[in-house]
Amino acid sequence: MVEAEGGVDPLMPPPVRRIVIDRDPRVVAPRADANGSSGAETLGASARRRLARPAVSQVIERMRIESVSLAYGQNWVVRDVTLPVRQGEVLALIGASGSGKTTLLRSLNRLTEITAGAARSGRIALDGEEIHEMEVNELRRRVSMVFQQPNPFPMSIFENVAYALREGPERRGMRRSRRHELEPAVTDVLRRAGLYGEVAGDLGRSALKLSGGQQQRLCIARALAAGPEVLLLDEPCSALDPISTAVIEELILRLRESVAVVIVTHNLQQAFRVADHVAFMHLGELVEYGSSEQVFDRPARQRTREYIGGAFG
Amino acid sequence: MMLTDEESLEEQAAFEPPSEAAIVRPPRQSTRSWPLVDRIGYWLCWVAGISLCLITSAIVLFMLVKGVSYLRPSLFVQSPSPSLRQSEAGGFLDPIVGTFILTAIGIAIAAPTGVALAAWLSEYGRPSWLARAVESAIEMISGVPSVVLAIFGLLVFSQGFLGFLSQNAANGAVYGRSFIGAGVVMAILALPLIVASTREALAQVPDRMREASYALGKTRALTTWKVLLPAIRPSIASGIALGMGRIIGDTAIVTILLGVTLKNEAVGSTPILGTLRGTGSTLTSYVYNNSPAGEGNAPQKAYAAAFVLLMVVLALNALVTRLTGTGGRGMRWWRPRVAWIR
Amino acid sequence: MDTSRNGHSRGARRGARTDRRAERMLGALAIAVLGLIGVMVVTVFVKAWPSFAHNGLSWFAPGGDVDSQLRAMEQATPLPGHAQDYFRAWPLIWGTIVTTVLAVVIALAGSILAAIFLTEFAPGPVRRVLEPVIRLLAGVPSVVYGLIGILALAPYINDHLISNSRKESVSFVVQLNGADLATATLILTIMITPIMVAIIASALGAVPSSWREGSAALGVNRWRTVVRVSLRTARPAIVAATVLATARALGEAIMLSMVSGSRGFTANPLDGVTFLFEPVRPLAATIVRESEGLSIGPLAHTVYAIAAVLLVSAAMLSLAGWGAKQPLKRYGIRA
Repeated sequence: MVEAEGGVDPLMPPPVRRIVIDRDPRVVAPRADANGSSGAETLGASARRRLARPAVSQVIERMRIESVSLAYGQNWVVRDVTLPVRQGEVLALIGASGSGKTTLLRSLNRLTEITAGAARSGRIALDGEEIHEMEVNELRRRVSMVFQQPNPFPMSIFENVAYALREGPERRGMRRSRRHELEPAVTDVLRRAGLYGEVAGDLGRSALKLSGGQQQRLCIARALAAGPEVLLLDEPCSALDPISTAVIEELILRLRESVAVVIVTHNLQQAFRVADHVAFMHLGELVEYGSSEQVFDRPARQRTREYIGGAFG
Repeated sequence: MMLTDEESLEEQAAFEPPSEAAIVRPPRQSTRSWPLVDRIGYWLCWVAGISLCLITSAIVLFMLVKGVSYLRPSLFVQSPSPSLRQSEAGGFLDPIVGTFILTAIGIAIAAPTGVALAAWLSEYGRPSWLARAVESAIEMISGVPSVVLAIFGLLVFSQGFLGFLSQNAANGAVYGRSFIGAGVVMAILALPLIVASTREALAQVPDRMREASYALGKTRALTTWKVLLPAIRPSIASGIALGMGRIIGDTAIVTILLGVTLKNEAVGSTPILGTLRGTGSTLTSYVYNNSPAGEGNAPQKAYAAAFVLLMVVLALNALVTRLTGTGGRGMRWWRPRVAWIR
Repeated sequence: MDTSRNGHSRGARRGARTDRRAERMLGALAIAVLGLIGVMVVTVFVKAWPSFAHNGLSWFAPGGDVDSQLRAMEQATPLPGHAQDYFRAWPLIWGTIVTTVLAVVIALAGSILAAIFLTEFAPGPVRRVLEPVIRLLAGVPSVVYGLIGILALAPYINDHLISNSRKESVSFVVQLNGADLATATLILTIMITPIMVAIIASALGAVPSSWREGSAALGVNRWRTVVRVSLRTARPAIVAATVLATARALGEAIMLSMVSGSRGFTANPLDGVTFLFEPVRPLAATIVRESEGLSIGPLAHTVYAIAAVLLVSAAMLSLAGWGAKQPLKRYGIRA
């Protein structure tokens, strides 16, 4: 099923542009771009702010969030949000701290149920199935998550990825698998994560000895090992240096062809670089949702304009 | 639901929480969907946990019941007297005094030695081969059974030149068993605990404290004595309490090195030295002797004494917990945040 | 200020001298303690040597009744056909091995399961009550356990678990009463479990929640997460707990001497279930029982020989524990 959104043709590479600065006097001084010039919008001559995006063959809706509200105790953290999640595109959830974007992300793989006192209402569907009626571990293999701090297990690189392959009822046959049986699957997913070239020599090395960026890519590989349909990323680059960040952002763009990607980020430039669609949340409510060009260039809401302009963070 | 521009900043008022019927609070645990092997493991854990609860409560209740039923205040103030009708005669005053004396001697020797050794290991530690050797030796003591320490002590104190420390028989044979002898060996027993506690605490003192003192021109010795040791007083105290607990609870050394007299028999006429040179009993050896394994046959007295012993140990444990906050060495068994995971 | 001699003031030099003196004194104390321990080890072996020298390696072998051998030494009347130093320790060694191994194995399995229960599955109030109770149990003196064993457990086993026919079947060899292998192993297990549970549970609780959360997010259920991630991380603690428990079981003299049995008998596993009810006498318990007669030559040598065996086992145990922790350091599991 292919959906077109807002008139933008997903197959066309988008034009080069910068973040629009609002000249409303209420707004704080505009940001300078990478070249040092600031102020009025300039096209073409400015630095490329969006990454070169590999083309995507089709866009399929994978998950549908309908009127979802989430509470911890009496405090409603997410209020009546409706969003689609599509394979073939990256959805970025942006907003200030406390806007509920991380909670919404965690509800997509039912990780919110860990906390006692959590309550929810609304429907979340994965390929048409209500996720709360699924078996939870089955769901989490189809909807994988990567966390803010890289958290590889204290095992070798191979074992970290093999862990995700071995555990799971339908993989019962794999639990006793010898290393050589799992090796093709492990190397394949390490390649997809762009890590294989750097670690091919010694997969038996401890995963904790890798650099931060490599550990995070290992976590992404681990999340991909189970063959998920949706990949959730919770501020994956906030603990990393700029070079690792750039590597992971390129990886995300390559991955979006085969998995639906939802990324929570408080870094607006990152959202602009990688996202196809952007959902801006504020105090639990979905303020605006649209394609990233539309939200960043022509925000429909005052609040969105303020946030993107840096009035609050 | 998207908001329009006309709405005010008070968006919270516009949000109506969903009706109760629509709210779902997820249940906590469900293992229905786990594979059979995992479910067996889950149930095994429950079995183990319940058994642990049952056994611990059985032991606690049993000792409580038996102890309280046989405990009489008169037992605390009477000395044990050998008599055929043990259930009537005598109490355990002497064993209590004996425990007290032995613990006092043991700690009096072990505490300064232990603290000094820990300070040396932590602050000086040169030459390093000596430091490693001392560390290994202390760790070895903590692994050695107390019986071995006891018979070694017996050997040492039975030597002729140490005869003044215990009773001497007419033919010159040294008895070797006395409070002093037992006390010294008890000190060896408690030493590793005090050293470990003190060393761990010294390692946790931030280096800034030391640097601040050195920068003022103070020597290492003065810094240790006046700055570091006072800073770790609770840990030293808890180490001493742990050592006391070990001494109070030990029976093997007492049985072998304190002689098997029910009352504290002094040797010679000097008031304090006589008692120290003499033999006696402690609560632990009293319990041992009154059980069917020993000579006496007064299980009631044994229960009562065991109950008192337990109370003392419990009080010491509570003291250690108070001193170090989370008990022992900061053991906390559960995470505050992530409560459980499906 | 007197600033001759390399710019150090007189006060500083005096301070440095005090420091050196303090260091030398403390160093002397360290050497004294080290020397004392060294002397202890050497003395035990020196006193033990005659027994080993006389019996050779057969000291460890089976051969005759241990009790009669010990009594022979005590009364200075050698057994027919043997010298006075004759001793075959196998029944004692066997008793030690059986009770220790059984107790540690059962306690290890039970402690790991109980520790997982405490950290993962137990409801809050149960956890809060059990933690201090277990810590208390870890500190109970062994003589109290021995008392419970001999006054409560042994009679119970004697009356209810050992049938009369069983007693008669072996009465020509040995008397069965409640003081036997089963009682000894049971109480030994109960003795060493609390400290193992405490150590393992605290290690399980220290596993970073990021690993547990990460495993949950991968769709792995709680049980498998605990087994594959938490237990693996806690392995150094499990090793340490096992070493500690084994050391305690090996050296447990008082409780075992109260509970394990009247004779140094080699319990025979081929006897089937009766094996559990036969008396045993572990090594450490023997030392306690024979401690009275330590002035007598051959007896003293034998007892010190037993002590030497215990010393060596304790040392080998710590070495094994250290060795078991080494391979885990590769993967960042810090002991």
